[in-house]
Amino acid sequence: MTELRHLISIDDLDRDDIIYILNKAETFEDVAKGKRKLQILEGKILANLFFEPSTRTRVSFEVAMKRLGGDVINITAQEATSIAKGETLADTIKVVSKYADAIVIRHPLEGAARFAAENSEVPVINAGDGAGQHPTQTLLDLYTIRKECGKLDGISIALVGDLRYSRTIHSLIRALTLFEIEIHLVSPELLSLPKEFLEGIRGNVKKSNLEQIINEIDVLYVTRIQKERFLDEEEYRKVAGSYRITTDLLKRAKDNLIIMHPLPRVDEVEVTVDFTKHAKYFQQAFYGVPVRMAILSEVII
Amino acid sequence: MKQLVVSKIKYGTVIDHINAGKALLVLKILGIDENTNETVSMAMNVPSKKMGKKDIVKVEGKYISEEELNKIALISPRATINLIKDYEIIRKFNVRPPKIVEGILNCPNRLCITNSGKEPINSRFYIKIEQEKVVAWCHYCGRKISDLSKHIR
Repeated sequence: MTELRHLISIDDLDRDDIIYILNKAETFEDVAKGKRKLQILEGKILANLFFEPSTRTRVSFEVAMKRLGGDVINITAQEATSIAKGETLADTIKVVSKYADAIVIRHPLEGAARFAAENSEVPVINAGDGAGQHPTQTLLDLYTIRKECGKLDGISIALVGDLRYSRTIHSLIRALTLFEIEIHLVSPELLSLPKEFLEGIRGNVKKSNLEQIINEIDVLYVTRIQKERFLDEEEYRKVAGSYRITTDLLKRAKDNLIIMHPLPRVDEVEVTVDFTKHAKYFQQAFYGVPVRMAILSEVII
Repeated sequence: MKQLVVSKIKYGTVIDHINAGKALLVLKILGIDENTNETVSMAMNVPSKKMGKKDIVKVEGKYISEEELNKIALISPRATINLIKDYEIIRKFNVRPPKIVEGILNCPNRLCITNSGKEPINSRFYIKIEQEKVVAWCHYCGRKISDLSKHIR
């Protein structure tokens, strides 16, 4: 693959790059589970720079780094650092890149990760910039699909919930269209995918009704519908209720359908669904570790 | 008898066929303001066979670089440039939009890092022609702008 220095946007990768990273992640799975020891990042330090709260992403990067023998410094509480004193992101990055061998950044402003990369002496990995990009989430989503469905080309996926604001969904759609994948968009009108988003995207993408396609799809990807997007609570309840995944809905599903969710979930997937063979969202969270190991080893070594 | 709206210049740059009403923005793009030493004349809403109405800007005593002039294409893609020497046109060309522009456009996305207000950052946009219209994409947040004249700094 082309040399990967920073990972800022999924658009920076082509189909071959993605497959290369997924294959590499595969070789790390036993290390991620703690079954095999590896010290390839021994002596290297990762700076986790989180300007916004995160649990899964930050922890899985930390685990990935440590499983490969590296160390991690976490810079999270804004109050405790010079950021609270008004330091620019550019300066913070210039300093941190003198201390660490790679930086993982999450920031509330869009484009912050690209700007950070321009100011950094070491590789920068985007762990979410506002409503912008979250490429490592996309890679772990693709990894989950390939792992659990056995392939990427030829599958049919339904993206359900907030398609308008979810950065996870935006990154994922771009990546899915690099493969032969049928994409169904399932969302309330208020939260439908912005039209301009589909410009320049080639692929088999259509709006669908979940009830009508539940027996055809291989992957059901659910996202949270955020209450704050609605002006009135009654409207929210009505909409959110109609996009809830229940065991009842799954009765008509394919035997090998998998359900994914970037987590945290609120109530869009009924807890009883967790006990069905379809539920893969916790496994999906685990896959974040080998995928991030692959990315870290790729940019650091 | 044909009458000149603005007088001929001896030496300098004439920007013709500017979309009507955009002459002030053209001056802004070229960085020409009250501190300029050049003699600058401007005509707005001049009748034009080709365009109905057009604006014209003349900058006397200075050849503006092609690179600078091409920025005009962002708001007036049909603009033509005449470089004048001794009252004669020595070179005539059409502006072509640059592939990348820095610091000229503002990103309309208020959550874009370029609008943070405290970072040492210049806006950067990739310019493309879509259905004969000039559009721009923010290098940082990916936001697309279709009506560029509304977002000139």
